[in-house]
Amino acid sequence: MIATPLHSKRNRLPAVLEHASGDKRFKILEVHMKKHQFRHDALIEVLHKAQELFGYLEDDLLLFVSYKLKLPPSRVYGVATFYHFFNLKPQGEHTCVVCMGTACYVKGADKVIAAIQDQTKIRPGETTPDNKVSLLTARCIGACGIAPAVVYDGTVNPRATPESAVKQIKKWTGT
Amino acid sequence: MILNDLLQIKDQERAARKKTTLRCCMAAGCMSSDSKGVKEQLEKAVADAGLQDTVEVRGVGCMKLCCEGPLVQADPQNALYIKVTSENAPSIIAALKGGKAEAAQTDPDAAFFKKQLSIVLANSGVVDPDRIESYIALDGYQALHEVLHEMTPKDVVDTMVNSGLRGRGGAGFPTGLKWGTVAKSPGAKKYVICNADEGDPGAFMDRSVLESDPHAVLEGMAIAAYAVGADQGFIYVRAEYPLAITRLQTAIKQAKQLGVLGSGIFESPFNFTIDIRIGAGAFVCGEETALMASVEGKRGTPRPRPPFPAESGLFGCPTLINNVETFANVPAIYRNGAEWFAGIGTEKSKGTKVFALAGKIKNTGLIEVPMGTPLRTIVEEMGGGAPGGAKIKAVQTGGPSGGCIPSQHLDTPVDYESLGKLGSIMGSGGMIVMDESTRMVDVARFFMEFCMDESCGKCIPCRAGTVQMHNLLEKILDRRATPRDLLKLEELCDMVKNTSLCGLGQTAPNPTLSTLRFFRNEYEELLQPEAHGPKGNGEAKKQTLTT
Amino acid sequence: MAAKTLTIDGKQISAEEGATVLQAADEAGVKIPTLCHLDGVYDVGACRLCLVEIAGVPKLLPACTTQVAEGMVIHTDSERLRKYRRMTLELLFAERNHVCAVCVANGHCELQSLAYNQGMDHVRYEYNFPKWSVDNTHRLFGMDHNRCILCTRCVRVCWHIEGAGTKNVAGRGGKAHIISDLNMSWGQSYSCTECGKCVQACPTGALFHKGSTAAEMERDRTRLEFLVTAREKKQWITGEE
Repeated sequence: MIATPLHSKRNRLPAVLEHASGDKRFKILEVHMKKHQFRHDALIEVLHKAQELFGYLEDDLLLFVSYKLKLPPSRVYGVATFYHFFNLKPQGEHTCVVCMGTACYVKGADKVIAAIQDQTKIRPGETTPDNKVSLLTARCIGACGIAPAVVYDGTVNPRATPESAVKQIKKWTGT
Repeated sequence: MILNDLLQIKDQERAARKKTTLRCCMAAGCMSSDSKGVKEQLEKAVADAGLQDTVEVRGVGCMKLCCEGPLVQADPQNALYIKVTSENAPSIIAALKGGKAEAAQTDPDAAFFKKQLSIVLANSGVVDPDRIESYIALDGYQALHEVLHEMTPKDVVDTMVNSGLRGRGGAGFPTGLKWGTVAKSPGAKKYVICNADEGDPGAFMDRSVLESDPHAVLEGMAIAAYAVGADQGFIYVRAEYPLAITRLQTAIKQAKQLGVLGSGIFESPFNFTIDIRIGAGAFVCGEETALMASVEGKRGTPRPRPPFPAESGLFGCPTLINNVETFANVPAIYRNGAEWFAGIGTEKSKGTKVFALAGKIKNTGLIEVPMGTPLRTIVEEMGGGAPGGAKIKAVQTGGPSGGCIPSQHLDTPVDYESLGKLGSIMGSGGMIVMDESTRMVDVARFFMEFCMDESCGKCIPCRAGTVQMHNLLEKILDRRATPRDLLKLEELCDMVKNTSLCGLGQTAPNPTLSTLRFFRNEYEELLQPEAHGPKGNGEAKKQTLTT
Repeated sequence: MAAKTLTIDGKQISAEEGATVLQAADEAGVKIPTLCHLDGVYDVGACRLCLVEIAGVPKLLPACTTQVAEGMVIHTDSERLRKYRRMTLELLFAERNHVCAVCVANGHCELQSLAYNQGMDHVRYEYNFPKWSVDNTHRLFGMDHNRCILCTRCVRVCWHIEGAGTKNVAGRGGKAHIISDLNMSWGQSYSCTECGKCVQACPTGALFHKGSTAAEMERDRTRLEFLVTAREKKQWITGEE
């Protein structure tokens, strides 16, 4: 794959700022940045807030953050992609996070995730084509005492089985 | 706030205690099994029975036996109810009046509880983590007062040195020595950081401590800050622990309101504030230089040491980094004295250690035992062995940086040196039990995949070496590997261990090395005979040509 | 500044306090292999090729970030170190798609010369054959990610000498890659000043002048040295060949 030159450079900032002016969430984000005095070391805090407000970190949003914090866009993008908690793509209506920590793994989390993949036909990190369900894995949510654990839309579900997981997915997808 | 105010709160809180206490676990594990609903039903049943004046329903932190949650303990009846549901919760109130409880019970004097010695978890499951008064009632913040008014910073450091406490984050560096170095480093601005980025899969001790007894950590940090001369603290918590974050926010707010954090603490010249920094899902940020980069809002990549954080850390200032459990030990050491603490444990490993017991074991949950307790006591007596009478094959400690200890070594005492001799590490305290059905090569592959995904990508051995080691482990599992591949794997383990930049890479080969040491036969059984050909390495030849 | 005396590969030498082992060795004529190090920008200790053995220190330490100390006894060329260096290079060759014969930097590539010098004549690991792209959108320069070894020299010169901050690393682990601005095509980068320092800094053929074909891409490091000397020492030494 080789990309070739485009002749004119486009400054995206005016469009980003116009986009931001029509959306209240950008205002809330800016207030949050102000609370941190627009400090550079608040970048991760700001990205957390941005993702909470928007669900994911789209390019316009990252450019807005970089402009307001006066940081190079490459720094903002570098940080946003370093941490797995940040999504750069929109998530589905529902999220299903399967914990793949050691305790969950030895207790059969691999079978749970296989059953979900089989049901949804998507792999971890992907969203179903109808945008209903995003499947994610976690590196240990610290709920080892009740392994295997699956988090459905933020609620931890203890002692999951392939059957219980498929049941929940079916409930969401209405199949 | 002066001492009298503190003592007054303590007395009031103690006087307000009711005849019967129902402690209901509100830590993350039990809450996922609806302990919130259980608590509400208990409160309702108490009101319905008109027992408000004699029965207190208290939401508390972790009560340790997580696999049987939600847990409710009635005192002074000493009755421990397990797997309580909102439906059968009211029967516990009925039982107080002589009725029969529908909820099942377990023996609160069983080995799982009786063999424990609680210092770090002393308040866990006892105090209400959302109320600072509850912590003060159990002598909370008295140690801080004493330290500020009766000790010089040097005395504080000396006490820590004499206690013999070693860092509970994994490496076991002597805490007093670390404090002393930061205290001696020149600089007007210094920081104290609490590492709560508990990334080891299978470890949840720090989460439980933060959810159950956040003030102990805050008090420990404040004492440390006074000792080293810092006025600003950060707690770096994983985003995966939302409940711990909420409890910490509440605790910091309450501590500020009461004046045990902030400026002029206990009317002394000492100022100390604590801010929370939330991680965003990167295991490498448990490494101290990577953690500091992350607190600075940067990519969490480690940097070579020296300079050590004690000399040049956060924003280039001298910085003390200890983990949650280390700080949680601090108030008790100053309340009871260094000699008391040094009297617990072994010659070189003092005090207790909290372990998160999980995997193929009957009793999963949190245990705190004196250093030097044999592994067998932990897994067989306290843990109750593998469920269904299966045979325990190995115990994994130290997560992706540790190793698998085979059953023939179960009599090993748990301390830094003994675990090190077996090629494992104490680690932060995750302890995963594996039974005969666990395939050790798969375990090695699991941890290697973890390290490969979590490698920051800065240094070559870790970034590219973990990929190749993972390839080789997959090849072995797929029965495509030859004895030469096994040699390649061993050679890479040695190289990555010795050349990587930070602890993640340096320890990434440990699970593979330890399973190779104790379960080599499982690897060899999967190998294929060497292919024939010129020197047997046709594959490498072919690749050279393309270069 | 106080001088420190130390021994490198059996040679007694003296070095200024604060100097790195790499600088001291260089002055004493002992060549330690490096890849991420570039004179004039700060060191990161990432490539691990300059690891040396220091008597009394259990760990191997990078020469580029370790300062000299009195009485240090250093070995830079033991059998063990040579073996680790060869393996590091093998890992790099297997990681992306390094095909010297068709590379713009063939014959002028630091990775290639290191492989020759360290006796790395074949790669024993499976090639990853990742799919990385080529960015030819910039008016003057090109970037072929297949040849990138993530030494981050380009990032460091862009931030610390030019000061633009156009380049950075995105992603992590094996997925880490060099980006311009918000991971946009280089040609669309608004912050890039087209100064070309990154191209001069690159040790392989990953960054190149457009129009170079195989083996044509030679670097001119004197431009970087000129700038660094000017900034740090306020000495403008032009025209030196």
